[in-house]
Amino acid sequence: MTDLRLPHGSVPGSGSGYGKGGGPGGSVLAARKPSWRRRIANHVATVLMVAATVIVVVPVVLILYHITKNGLAAMSWEFLTQSMPFTYRRAEGGMLNAFIGTMLMVGIATVISVPLGVLAAVYLVEYGKKNLTAKVIRFFSDVMTGVPSVFVGLFVYTAFVVNIGFGALLGGLSLAIIMMPIVVRSTEEMLKLVPRDLKEASYGLGAAKWQTVTKVVLPSALPGIVTGIMLAVARAAGETAPLILTALGSLNIVFNLVDEPISALPLAIFAGARNPFPAGQQMAWAGALQLLIIVLVFTLLARYFSSRSKISR
Amino acid sequence: MRDESHIARTTSPLAAFQRGGWARRADPLFKGLSLACGLLVLVTLAYMVLSTTTTALPVFREQGISFITSSEWVPSQNQYGILSFIYGTLVTSAIALVIAVPLSIAIALFLTEAAPRWIRGPVAYAVDLLAAVPSVVYGLWGVFVLLPLFLQPTADFLSRYLGFLPIFRPPAYGISFFGAGVVLAIMVVPIISSLCREVFAAVPIHEKHAAYALGATRWEMIKGAVFVRSKAGIIGAVMLGLGRALGETIAVALLIGSRPEITASILQPGYSMAAVIANQFQEADGQHIRALVAVGVILFVITIIVNMGARALVWRIVEHD
Repeated sequence: MTDLRLPHGSVPGSGSGYGKGGGPGGSVLAARKPSWRRRIANHVATVLMVAATVIVVVPVVLILYHITKNGLAAMSWEFLTQSMPFTYRRAEGGMLNAFIGTMLMVGIATVISVPLGVLAAVYLVEYGKKNLTAKVIRFFSDVMTGVPSVFVGLFVYTAFVVNIGFGALLGGLSLAIIMMPIVVRSTEEMLKLVPRDLKEASYGLGAAKWQTVTKVVLPSALPGIVTGIMLAVARAAGETAPLILTALGSLNIVFNLVDEPISALPLAIFAGARNPFPAGQQMAWAGALQLLIIVLVFTLLARYFSSRSKISR
Repeated sequence: MRDESHIARTTSPLAAFQRGGWARRADPLFKGLSLACGLLVLVTLAYMVLSTTTTALPVFREQGISFITSSEWVPSQNQYGILSFIYGTLVTSAIALVIAVPLSIAIALFLTEAAPRWIRGPVAYAVDLLAAVPSVVYGLWGVFVLLPLFLQPTADFLSRYLGFLPIFRPPAYGISFFGAGVVLAIMVVPIISSLCREVFAAVPIHEKHAAYALGATRWEMIKGAVFVRSKAGIIGAVMLGLGRALGETIAVALLIGSRPEITASILQPGYSMAAVIANQFQEADGQHIRALVAVGVILFVITIIVNMGARALVWRIVEHD
């Protein structure tokens, strides 16, 4: 069907209306329109593209609508200020403990993964560049972003939980492992964009490499780096599977970091969704609304910082 | 007096460098530190493999090859065969790709080639939003909204009119391979379509113009210029979507039905590797936990092969450019 090799001398006008101009030159080009077959194929293709777009946009609207509607219906002051109830036979209690758990573990994950990830990216851009070590690190951090999150949970369980018990620290560690490759790769992209002139000016002033990196390169790439971190945080906040294996879940507000199971919003939603009582399901909807707001806030922050970035592609 | 102190202040850092002061000597330290952080990625990955496989080793030894060739999963009798889980993972991912790949390619084409400019931003934003929704939220929405609204009616419809085909044989359940596959499809569309968008946008503009100049319609231009250039990129994007679908846990755990059986009909409940880990971990102990870790190891091997293949493909394109 893709017959771009036209017979000698025939120049049909294109579908996008090129040859409609008339005039002395236009008359040759306007000689023939594409055949009806080709025009129909073109229209069908366009209609299919639009249909696909509608099919994909509909779930977006539905998800946002149902979570807002069902979430607001179950949302209350009690939900925000009380811990999870022992049973959902009656509608009572809230998810404060899960909210605190999510904040605590995402915080721990950020504290672990950001410095390590940013420094790793500094190595890739400023030292390793295109040598073998850098290539291998780059390849495997890409591979690591594709590791199933439940497997990360299994790893933290087998390596650490069996020795020191479930808890916020290890839940945070599993989220950190998920965040780290995202931080590495997004920071690397940003550091690559820092203009060479800036670095050379810094060297010219006699600064050492580490001073150039910490005082010139990182600050000028900061908004972009923060964008990547925010996206990684949004991803970590929504993770459920690794927390089942490392944080386990709890009904209490927990501030102890080690050897005390702790809850998180995704865990509480998962439990609510599997709960036979309607009260549990309503609680899950309210939790989903809260979690979605947290995730969207970080996603929007990411957009905000990327729009503030002075260096861009 | 004042002048001298001024000069002394501005020249002193420079003088420190010329003397090879602490600032210069800190450089190798900084390099070492950043290298260590980079190597940490490799160490973590290696430790992941080591720690999980050593934990799972007794199960592999005890069950032998029947671990992946049998579908008898009876923890109380110490029987662990995961064939039905592997089947469920592959079938749900396949359903997801069958639905998501054409949709993703079409929406990426719409956004890069066909859509009026004012519509591109909002639609791209909506698709990105889909990527930000956590999987547990997809699961909740899938079970309580999509199931009665779409999954069950569609399953009934398929089994009534296409029930003569083995894959749609009744009875029909919304909580099934099909239901899990549909929700997975919604989850992987943003991944595949955003990568396809990048790939399509990278097609040289003069090749598109050349196609138009030869009189091609837009669809002919897409077939002749865009697809030819982006074949490998599309395959890479699809494989990354597949990697995500294979490892997806919570949404599948809520929608697949948790029944360890192999059926030809996709309208029957089944089980997947990731889902069995999430569902049974909290009640498991001893050998059962080791068996779940072993399931994770097999899942890891499958996804890592898919992922490395995808990266290799995508990287080859980048290096060709």
